[in-house]
Amino acid sequence: MSSSTPEVTETAITGTARVKRGMAEMLKGGVIMDVVNAEQAKIAEDAGAVAVMALERVPADIRAQGGVSRMSDPDMIDGIIEAVSIPVMAKARIGHFVEAQVLQSLGVDYIDESEVLTPADYANHIDKWQFTVPFVCGATNLGEALRRITEGAAMIRSKGEAGTGDVSNAVTHMRTIRGELRRLSSLPEDELYVAAKELQAPYELVAEVARTGKLPVVLFTAGGIATPADAAMMMQLGAEGVFVGSGIFKSGNPAQRAAAIVKATTFHDDPDVVAKVSRGLGEAMVGINVDDIPVPHRLAERGW
Amino acid sequence: MPVPTIGVLALQGDVREHVRALEEAGAKAVTVRRPGELETVDALVVPGGESTTMWKLAVTFDMLEPVRARIAGGMPVYGSCAGMIMLADRIEDGAAGQQTFGGIDMTVRRNAFGRQVDSFEADLDFAGRGPLRAVFIRAPWVESVGSPVEVLARAEPGDRIVAVRQGPLLATSFHPELTGDAGVHSYFVEMVREF
Repeated sequence: MSSSTPEVTETAITGTARVKRGMAEMLKGGVIMDVVNAEQAKIAEDAGAVAVMALERVPADIRAQGGVSRMSDPDMIDGIIEAVSIPVMAKARIGHFVEAQVLQSLGVDYIDESEVLTPADYANHIDKWQFTVPFVCGATNLGEALRRITEGAAMIRSKGEAGTGDVSNAVTHMRTIRGELRRLSSLPEDELYVAAKELQAPYELVAEVARTGKLPVVLFTAGGIATPADAAMMMQLGAEGVFVGSGIFKSGNPAQRAAAIVKATTFHDDPDVVAKVSRGLGEAMVGINVDDIPVPHRLAERGW
Repeated sequence: MPVPTIGVLALQGDVREHVRALEEAGAKAVTVRRPGELETVDALVVPGGESTTMWKLAVTFDMLEPVRARIAGGMPVYGSCAGMIMLADRIEDGAAGQQTFGGIDMTVRRNAFGRQVDSFEADLDFAGRGPLRAVFIRAPWVESVGSPVEVLARAEPGDRIVAVRQGPLLATSFHPELTGDAGVHSYFVEMVREF
């Protein structure tokens, strides 16, 4: 090399906000599927999933069986990591920072601090800045999303109501977040202080979001998506990608439904494609109306 | 070609970031999902994302052969990360049966730098243009190259090949679209103007 070449520092840094948030950018336009074993993970990968979410029971079963639900068995997570080449995510209980430490040590690619599991701490979420692995968290509104980002979340998903197959809460939460973003970006600067107070989020983050009109991290949707049309609607409403939980492996033909939801997510704005992939999918998951679930049993109420 | 029109393959991945970087580098950027849209562009960017997903969608929506045909016809293409994999003639650690567009005479190892906890950023020298902040996310590296391939950058650990060029085709393991530095995109837009 000639002496005129500028100096290049060779220090590589892991776990920066850019590296964590960047990972979520790579998932955009894709579908992340809940799987409970290696066989389901292979089906998801073959269908074109951008990542899989490893968990012990899908939300529909957690809801049906009750009890405390926790992080999955490390053997099961290892089995899924071995089985697929796409990223593997796993869930930790809200506030359970040791489950998160364990998941990081297993080498999962993203941790979902999830209301689908039984919360471990009813006051504090995990301090996600302490980890190299990135976190995704659920939110029902903008204030909740911004509090999670303040704690270090590198990706947000609207919560919806997991394990129902009822998309209505996913719609409500996505419309709420997007609506609050629009309102915030229309405010004059001198009203942002009160806006921060109302959102219960730090002023600096609120001011940044008001200026850019978007979250500083990727926004996916989750909770109740069961059909290709559900996924396409959530994308049209502004989701940057889709989590599908019980909707695939609680349906009649998981492989075909999974592939159909992937295609409908990419071509969400093309009704001809959504129509074509919606044909002959067999039974969708049975589903529960969110209205029939007593409020204390709604998972979206968890998180603060 | 005063202002080239460059498509960003929009099957999956960080499409918007490439659109922004291309516009900053002086190109007109459009998204491309269908063969008809591919015909309207002077060049193409294959973004970062999940290469297995892009492959499946490219097959399903009949994009694999049209992109291969344009590459054979000399269209300039730039691929970052998953895009690098899509431009490789040969891949290691791919999913069973995984296909690529191909075009660059190289072997690329998928997820070679490791899982997400190993993802990193570092400064490197790109094409002798000085230091550039590079973001590597579950990134591939180039295992080996054929004689027509020019190596444009290497990175620690292991002094691995992370940027290459073969004629009108450019590929990087890293994601310049995430850093706000349009240097690599400017380099590509210059390439497009030459071809």
